[in-house]
Amino acid sequence: MSTIQKAPASARRSAKPGRFVFLTIKRCDGPGKASRWETFKVTVERGSNVISCLQQIAANPTTIDGTRSTPVVWDSGCLEEVCGACTMVINGKVRQSCSCLIDDYAPNEGDTMTLEPMSKFPVIRDLWVDRARLFHNLERVKAWVPIDGTYAQGAGPREQPQAQETRYKLSECMSCGCCLEACPQFNLEPDAGAWDSAFIGAHAISQARLFNSHETGAQLKADRLDVLMGPGGVGDCGNAQNCVKVCPKGIPLTESIAAMGRAVTIHGLARFFRS
Amino acid sequence: MTQQRVIVVGGGLAGLAATVRIAEAGLAVDVFSLVPVKRSHSVCAQGGINACNEVSRQQGYSEYEHFDETIYGGDFLADQHPVLEMANWAPKIIDLLDRMGVPFNRTGEGYRDLRLFGGSLFKRTHFAGATTGQQLLYALDEQTRRYESEGKVSKHEYWEFLGPVFDDSSGQRRCVGIVAQDLRTMQVRAFRADAVVMATGGCGLVYGKSTNSIICTGAAAARCYQAGVWYGNAEMIQVHPTAIPGADKLRLMSESARGEGGRVWVPRKAGDARDPAQIPDAERYYFLEERYPKYGNIVPRDIATREIFDICVNEGLGVRGENQVYLDLTHREPEYLARKLGGILDIYEKFVGEDPKRTPMRIFPAVHYSMGGLWTQFTKGRYNPSEPRTKHKSGSTPPLGAEVGQGMAYGEPNNMQTNVKGLYAFGEVNYAYHGANRLGANALLSCLFDGLFCGLSVANYVKDCEPSKAPAEGLKAAVFDAVVDAETAKSKALLATVQGPGDASLNPYVIHKELGTEMTAACTVVKSEARLKQCITKLAELRDRVSRAKLDDAALWTNQTLSYTRAVKDMLSIADAIALGSLLRKESRGAHYRTDYKDRDDVNFMKASVARCGSRGETEVTFEPIDDALIRPTARTYGKVEGSESKKPAVAGAGV
Repeated sequence: MSTIQKAPASARRSAKPGRFVFLTIKRCDGPGKASRWETFKVTVERGSNVISCLQQIAANPTTIDGTRSTPVVWDSGCLEEVCGACTMVINGKVRQSCSCLIDDYAPNEGDTMTLEPMSKFPVIRDLWVDRARLFHNLERVKAWVPIDGTYAQGAGPREQPQAQETRYKLSECMSCGCCLEACPQFNLEPDAGAWDSAFIGAHAISQARLFNSHETGAQLKADRLDVLMGPGGVGDCGNAQNCVKVCPKGIPLTESIAAMGRAVTIHGLARFFRS
Repeated sequence: MTQQRVIVVGGGLAGLAATVRIAEAGLAVDVFSLVPVKRSHSVCAQGGINACNEVSRQQGYSEYEHFDETIYGGDFLADQHPVLEMANWAPKIIDLLDRMGVPFNRTGEGYRDLRLFGGSLFKRTHFAGATTGQQLLYALDEQTRRYESEGKVSKHEYWEFLGPVFDDSSGQRRCVGIVAQDLRTMQVRAFRADAVVMATGGCGLVYGKSTNSIICTGAAAARCYQAGVWYGNAEMIQVHPTAIPGADKLRLMSESARGEGGRVWVPRKAGDARDPAQIPDAERYYFLEERYPKYGNIVPRDIATREIFDICVNEGLGVRGENQVYLDLTHREPEYLARKLGGILDIYEKFVGEDPKRTPMRIFPAVHYSMGGLWTQFTKGRYNPSEPRTKHKSGSTPPLGAEVGQGMAYGEPNNMQTNVKGLYAFGEVNYAYHGANRLGANALLSCLFDGLFCGLSVANYVKDCEPSKAPAEGLKAAVFDAVVDAETAKSKALLATVQGPGDASLNPYVIHKELGTEMTAACTVVKSEARLKQCITKLAELRDRVSRAKLDDAALWTNQTLSYTRAVKDMLSIADAIALGSLLRKESRGAHYRTDYKDRDDVNFMKASVARCGSRGETEVTFEPIDDALIRPTARTYGKVEGSESKKPAVAGAGV
């Protein structure tokens, strides 16, 4: 399939409003059904993004060969790249579709873009995938602060601004799954029974680091490191470093993996000498 | 022994705060959400959360002043006792979220930092970068996951709420569960519960494009409304002054941009095409600063919105002749901006392609928040002065402390309960706190306060009232089966339209677009009787068309078109309540501005509008007295300079 790559920023400025472009979309009616490609022609204005194109198709789902199809199914929420819902593979690269401006990807009349669902999660329908495993892995690493309860007990621990800035960056992870889609070690696993032994993923490793670096969160540090030391843990990372390149929030995922790798080593040694 | 259960509909900040609180009280909780709860619309809240803290207290601020500001900001339309309790609880709520690990920004010494926000002269807004809502929601999402791993909470994500289930068998109506649909398998089924909390957010999608997430249709509230739940102050819709226009939505530019020094201006000369950097200061019109010297750029939202609208629509001074003004941060250090506002400035740059640290942003108002929502009640607390006090002088000693239970009686079962027993409304879908205009950074607070304070009310209702004698689990199946059958039939009828005849006017996307355009033109910044009547006629036409809507997808699996069409249909009942409330409220108050009734009318309209849905779907609106026992109303001017008052918009409906 021939697609164009993302155009430089200058292309955005020269892109002509009111032009038409083609969207070639990988469609699938449901789990176990065969996929097919359909191409739609849409008219774009300045500021048009993949979402506004999909909305246009929903209102008139006719393909370029004149077939009346159905509105494309996709997952979306905030449309301002902060909820993580609308992640998909666009021109072969994973990203949020809301912040994907047509002027950047298809600046010329008649350009084509391709949309596919993420490949590392089971497809529900069309571009919508089931990312339950991603959330399950947050539970595995106990990604929470074990507070006593909600009764008033004064403030939390004081924190230096530098520490807050580090935690804030890690805490911006919106569980979109870009890092998992790009990771050679993280593979499609429809069987939930196998999730606990398959690679846990950069996002969960980074969340383990986030909660280990909070004074109260560190209460569960040993539990988290046990998980990261086990099957599918930090040792399964192949160091491809794709995760950090595709993270839309610029979260230092490889730093997190390195930090947790060191913590696991120390944790393992400590266990060894205690036993 | 039967396990008592509570259903929470909506997994945003209010829903999850309620979930955590109710689960902690020992009841099983089922959470229903259209999306994985971590993706709820609360993530979009940017600026922060208000609460008095020790520093602001020493500067003269107090919980009482926070209360006073919120009532004044809401133009004296909110019931006063609940707002007092909320302001008093605010510091405790910040502390709790701090303990949950929210990365609030810190001072050099490691204390929580504060920023300035609209409607206050004190820095009293706590924040986590420029994604405070996201960070607060994540903290609750984490605690919910923890309870889920312990088996105390069950999440039903990708399930759509279709309606409440009521039981009338005991002589008094009460809510005993919900009917919902799995958006993947399309299965419709009922779920029993001893109490139901609606925490389903706002209704921005009624306006087509707004700052809201795609899921904020208001359909869940509409389904309660159609089932007989009252809807309060529907006409009070907040239009946020600063948003980034877009093809699919209007993206919010946080009020924190102004709180951190952002200045709003236009060139003094209409149509001035120069690069903004080339326009000298003397040729710039900083209209908010000139008109409101005391508050300047941080006047409340309704005022900033009307002034921007006035500058563009009436005075024709919009930047490059378009409906847009500059929001300028370029005088601040880029490094400072990156640290304080990084997230939102990145979003602007991503979507517009200009760096706001170097080029002034171009912004325009957009529909943002619904002060109105499901009507709720409460039990007054201990503070009951013999007569209302006059407006609090900013910075003076507060007349009372901040002990629990002065505003609302803690744990009373009717707190934030709708007119139906056992059915509660929390967060944006609750009409209680913000009156005719919400102050920035009070929304996150009201969500958390409802969940944490009124969560106990829900637990007490379940443990001590009707459900303790007649648990929902023991009720006859017929009452649940009937609602499931009705909803299943509704789905089937919609699917059957795929084969039927139809033209573009029956396309649900076309109908929704027309609804949005109409509501934006008639029911936002300026309203008038003539335009509202026209709107009501248009809504009737749309209702007729949507009843004959034709779907393009017959799939029995993951049919989003079905869900969407059903939502558009239900959104029309909220639109009706908004339009009729707007028409009957013959005054101007807060966000509601009538060109034909420009003044506030406390005698006739310092009252809540209450919409009730009749048996044939018709809307009736009455005006009910409010609780105004604590503060006497004053003119809400924010110190506007006399004579700078520009002529008010003469023609309604120019649109946002």
